[in-house]
Formats: sequence, C-alpha cells, structure tokens
Amino acid sequence: MATNSLPKADLTSSGRPVFLQNEIECSILSSVDLECDDIPNFPLLKSGLLVLTTHRLLWLPDNSSSSSSSSAAAVALPLSFLTHIFSTKKSVKTLFHSPRVRFQASLDSSKSVVMTVVMRGKGDTDAFLAKFWENWRARAWENDVQTQTQAGVGSSSVSGSGPGSGSGGFYTREGAVRMVGVSGILRKEQEMWESTDKSLQEAFQDLNALMSKAKEMVILAEKMRQKLLSGSNSKSSATNDDEVGSKEEMQDWLLSVGIVSPVTKESAGALYHQQLSRQLADYVRIPLERAGGMINLIDVYCLFNRARGTELISPDDLLRACSLWEKFDVPVMLRKFDSGVMVIQNKSHSDEEVFARIKALVTNPDTLRTGISASDAAMTLGIAPGMAKEHLLTAESKGLLCRDISPDGFRFYINLFPEINTDDVYLVKDYGIYNTWVRVASASRLE
Amino acid sequence: MQKLGDFKLPHFFNYPPYFTLQPVRDTREKQVQLWKDLILDYCRTQKIFVIGLEEDFALFSNPVIERSLSHEAREAFLSALVSEGRAEWLDKGHRKCLILWHRVQDWADIIFRFVKDNGLEDSVMTVEEIRSGIESRGTELHVIDRTILMRALRVLEQKGKLAIFKGTSADDEGVKFSM
Repeated sequence: MATNSLPKADLTSSGRPVFLQNEIECSILSSVDLECDDIPNFPLLKSGLLVLTTHRLLWLPDNSSSSSSSSAAAVALPLSFLTHIFSTKKSVKTLFHSPRVRFQASLDSSKSVVMTVVMRGKGDTDAFLAKFWENWRARAWENDVQTQTQAGVGSSSVSGSGPGSGSGGFYTREGAVRMVGVSGILRKEQEMWESTDKSLQEAFQDLNALMSKAKEMVILAEKMRQKLLSGSNSKSSATNDDEVGSKEEMQDWLLSVGIVSPVTKESAGALYHQQLSRQLADYVRIPLERAGGMINLIDVYCLFNRARGTELISPDDLLRACSLWEKFDVPVMLRKFDSGVMVIQNKSHSDEEVFARIKALVTNPDTLRTGISASDAAMTLGIAPGMAKEHLLTAESKGLLCRDISPDGFRFYINLFPEINTDDVYLVKDYGIYNTWVRVASASRLE
Repeated sequence: MQKLGDFKLPHFFNYPPYFTLQPVRDTREKQVQLWKDLILDYCRTQKIFVIGLEEDFALFSNPVIERSLSHEAREAFLSALVSEGRAEWLDKGHRKCLILWHRVQDWADIIFRFVKDNGLEDSVMTVEEIRSGIESRGTELHVIDRTILMRALRVLEQKGKLAIFKGTSADDEGVKFSM
C-alpha cells in the first residue's frame, strides 16, 4: 500500500496543514497538479494547493473551489524521500505548456519513482524551484533528529511527539516553545543572505553560527519548561502560592509565544490572506476558549502578533483574514456590534446564553434596587469591561434591560416597563419581577 | 406609597430608569405613555395649567432616589402631549407648556353645563367672574387658566351660544350667554 500512494497529510479544522516540529512553510502555489506515471492507481491530484516546507512537499485539495467534495485527500511527500530534482530544460516546447518540475523520489527502499508537478497557476515557478532545491539541500529534518538526541531532557513526553507523528501541528507545546521567534530570525537572516549574494560565504558562516546558537536556546527553553513542569507537579504543596502563580504565568507566557510557521506574504504570495485566514482560525481557538467564546479583535491582534514573533501583520491584514472566514468552513466568525466594536466569536456562541446570565445578574435583591454597571457585569461574567458593555447594550436593545444615567454613572436595570399596567398605574400584581422590585425597593427605604 | 402633597405617586416613580430617556423604541413608548398619564393626572388634581421647563416642577424630580429629568427628557414628554392635543407650547422656544387635561372642546362642554346648572342661560358675566365668582366655586372652572377659558368661550361663540364683548374696563371682557 505504501508503495502505491504518498503518505496522508493531516489538516487542521480550517484546512491548514498540520506542521511537524520545526517545520516552516516556504512557498505556496495554487492550481497545481501532481502526477506520477510510475505508480499504478496513483490518485488524481488536480488543481490543488502545493505547499513547500522545510521538511515536506504537501499537496492539498483546493476546498475553496465548489467541487470540493470530489477532490482527493491531502498528501505529503517528505523531502527526505527525494533522490533527485531534474533541472528544467528551456526549450520552445516549455514556452507553450504549463511549467512543470520533475523529481525523483523513493517511496520505499526498493523502488524509486518520477513525479511531476504541473503548475497551471500564475505563481513564480522559478522562485519555487529555487526554494525547492534549497530546502532539499538544507536537510532540515536531520537537524531535528540531532536536536532531539542532544536535548534529551524531554524524556517520554517530548519523544512521544517527535517528527513524523505530527499530532497537534503548530500547537504542539514542544514546538511552540522551541521555535519561538528564532524561526523568524532565521528566516530574516535567510532573506538578507539571498538579497546580498556578494558576501555569500560570510553570510553562510553567520547562519551556521546562528543555527548552533538557536539550538542552544531551544534546549535552554525546553530545560526551563521541564523544570517548571516538574517543579509545579512534585512540590506544589510545599511552595507558596506566589511562587506557583509566577511559575504558571511563566509557563503561560512561554506557551503563548510562537507560531512555528507563520504565513507570510513572501511564502504565500497571492494566497496570503487566504492562508493567513485559515491559520488565524486555528490560532484563535484557544484564546477564544479562555475568553469565554468572544474576544475583542484588538486583543486578537496583539495575541496573534505576539505569537508570530517577528513576522507581524497589519491590522488591515487581520481584518481581511477575518472577513475571509465567511467563505471557509471554520468554527469562528467576525461580528460587528452596533457600536462598531468588532469581535471574534465561536459560531456556536449564543447571545441567549449571555442574556440569561445577565438577567440572573440584574434580578438579585441588591442589583434589582441598584442596577449594574458595565464593570460589575465584566467582573461577574469574567470578560473585559468593553465587551461587557456591548453585551449590556445588546440586552438593552432586546428589551431585557433599560438604562439609568445619573451623576452616579451609567447603570443598567432589569426592564420593568413592560410589567407596568397603563390602565392602572398603581396596580402591582401579586407575582412577577415588578412585584419583587416594589418589595425590595420599599424595604430599602424603610431601613 | 410615596406622596407628593396629596397626590399619590405610583411605585415606578422610584425606579431610576423612569427618569432617563430610554433609547430603545418599545421601552421608550411605554415610558412616554406613563409620563404623559402621570403629568395629566397630576396637573388635573393639582389644578396646574402651565409647566415651565426651566422652573422647578415637583413631578420632574425625585429626591428619594436622587434623580431628575433632563431638559431633553422634559421636552420629549411634553412634546408627546402636544402631539396628542393634550398640551400646547406657549412660545417658540418651548419654555412654557399649557397642559390641557381637558381638551378645549371638553372645557366648552363644562362651561355649557355650568351655565345651565346655574340658570345663567341669558345672563351677562365677565370673564373674570366665571373664573373666580361665587357660582364657579367648587367647580373645575374655578381659577381656570385664562387662556384656556378664552379658547373654550370662543368655541361656544362660534356655535352661537354666547357673545364676547369688550367690557367697560379695558382689562376685562364680558360674556353674554344665549343658550
């Protein structure tokens, strides 16, 4: 079976490839066919997305097109399987058909096959070929194995998710800690090296030096994390709360840095916003969960850029990435409140649930009499005050609350107006919220 | 229950949002309705004919909960009365508002009944006598606002029930009933 097909590639819920540890995306081309005549029953891999990473060549079905149901599953070819890349012959013939790249790979030890990448899209073929060569030669996968054996501290937990297993993608905790901003620095270095080829040799040395430094840093970070982990596990009872708190904070901080392979304009080209959108959808899941299903766009901007390290994105890019979600099948959505505040929320998030909590909040004996402010709501609901105010205003527009503006500030009360009888303004029914309020209000005045 | 003089206030008078103009339409409609009714009720029982927006008006503030209506809210509620024909602005700047807890037509009917009840069908009275004479004591016409009274008399005049003429003294007019 293995000889007949390429290994399957895992995708995230929003259709981004799940990367291996330390794997970095380098180039993306659209409308690419992958052909192989040497393998019988080779699946039909037509007009998909070709992703070149430091470790693999991935072919993904293009699910943004309408005929997604019939498309093949995503496949991945580890670059380590490659035995040869054929140079393209410039001839009259090549001018007239789509550019193609041929290479030889051995899927198992006995047999080697020739595959062809046919590029029907507009991407920069030469640049892709150059990157392809470069990544194949760089043998990034070998460095991983070395790092693993050198680090050695991670014991079971680290080796359990070594390269190849691919579980967790760029959320792998090890990966997230290891790569941090170093990947970005490395790539910046690489860029410089490409543009100034006069001091090529020198730059090579710089890069190597940086690589070895990077390894040390990664090992250090891993050691720190392990220490923190073991520390908080074994003697959490002995250490005081303060220490535990700061440890947790530190760990949190370590984990919040680092998207292993940020989508960049350079690697994704025309597909930049589309890919960024997918990556963002994957990324926000955890912060969203923490924030209770809804998070301010500004907060996401900060968190996302911090995670990307050096490859910052502009607010406009973020907005465009978010607005592209409508086209993809992702579990999150962008929402604009009447006030203009924009937030990201889970599609499953329901206002009703929030309203129910707000209603519970404004109907206890104290708040019935005094109302609540946005900050009261923020504290009780565990969300940001700005967010809480949006919720309160939405609840008001639905007729659940009404406002009270006085020198004491801006407060919200449960809406009693519908309960009042216009034919007999003195009438108070023996039951209901108006009755409760009347009793609470008159009791407080007697005190 | 709270009182304002001998006027019984409804419970919601102590509900702070009652004193803030509500922005949501449904809520606001109900709020405006409650204010209109309360203003008319209060003015009728207290015989108040004119509300000055810049003057203190007992109903527009509640010291118990330390809330009072903003100028915008006062104008909104009174304007709602004006649009229903239950009040009239006395000036362009909307600083004084005439409250018609009886419409002008209703006031005319009251005068008609008053004349009949007192057997004044063919007599002559001054306008001032109608407002403060012995006959009107104890009726709704007692100390009625002069502007409203004149309007009601004109309605009756148009129907031929009476004639208004200039009196001997310049400051008062006479009314000749002919019912």
